[in-house]
Amino acid sequence: MDDKKLAIIATKGSLDWAYPPFILASTAAALGYETQIFFTFYGLQLLKKDLSLEVTPLGNPGMPMPMGMDKWFPVLGMTLPGMQGLMTSMMKKKMKDKGVASIEELRALCQEAEVKMIACQMTVDLFDMERSQFIDGVEYAGAAAFFEFAGDSDICLYI
Amino acid sequence: MADFDQELDASGLNCPLPILRAKKTLNAMSSEQVLHVIATDPGSVRDFDAFAKQTGNELVESREEGGKFHFLIKKS
Repeated sequence: MDDKKLAIIATKGSLDWAYPPFILASTAAALGYETQIFFTFYGLQLLKKDLSLEVTPLGNPGMPMPMGMDKWFPVLGMTLPGMQGLMTSMMKKKMKDKGVASIEELRALCQEAEVKMIACQMTVDLFDMERSQFIDGVEYAGAAAFFEFAGDSDICLYI
Repeated sequence: MADFDQELDASGLNCPLPILRAKKTLNAMSSEQVLHVIATDPGSVRDFDAFAKQTGNELVESREEGGKFHFLIKKS
């Protein structure tokens, strides 16, 4: 029997949005799916050797704030210098306390499980990124290459 | 609890780590051997059931004891 296939497009480059593609890809690989992730636009941040992903409550009224911070620091307060870094370190600590894997760990598990990671060459050029910034094993291609795999996939997700 | 060949303590780990660790441990085991997984993630109950159904490994036992979840998985 042929393996099932999962195709994911990862377009976002924040800490919170880094989770869905790597959680789903690593789990699918464990379930026997052949899995590919196509990273484009801000999603390219997830392929960097040195990840510096952050999370922001700006423009995101759904984000639960610790200690009622949203009452004390309404939207304008969140624009103060250092607030994004503070929110990011609080989020990382909370994740660690709750036994949630780091993005580095999930990404390594994906690599180990032979999840194929493809960087969108057009956006790599657009943002003047260098291949040397990215982890080993990344392939570089365009939309047509994505469809070659996605066209045969059982599940296709845009994240 | 029935006999098992290997044990994996995934206590404190959250989705999807218990499944990924279990898969990795099973990879190193031989067919018909039984893996005992201990987890604290309440989501793992449905997840190990789904894992077994999709991978063909048999979930021999799934139960809660003292706030922990215990799974026996027989490798296919």
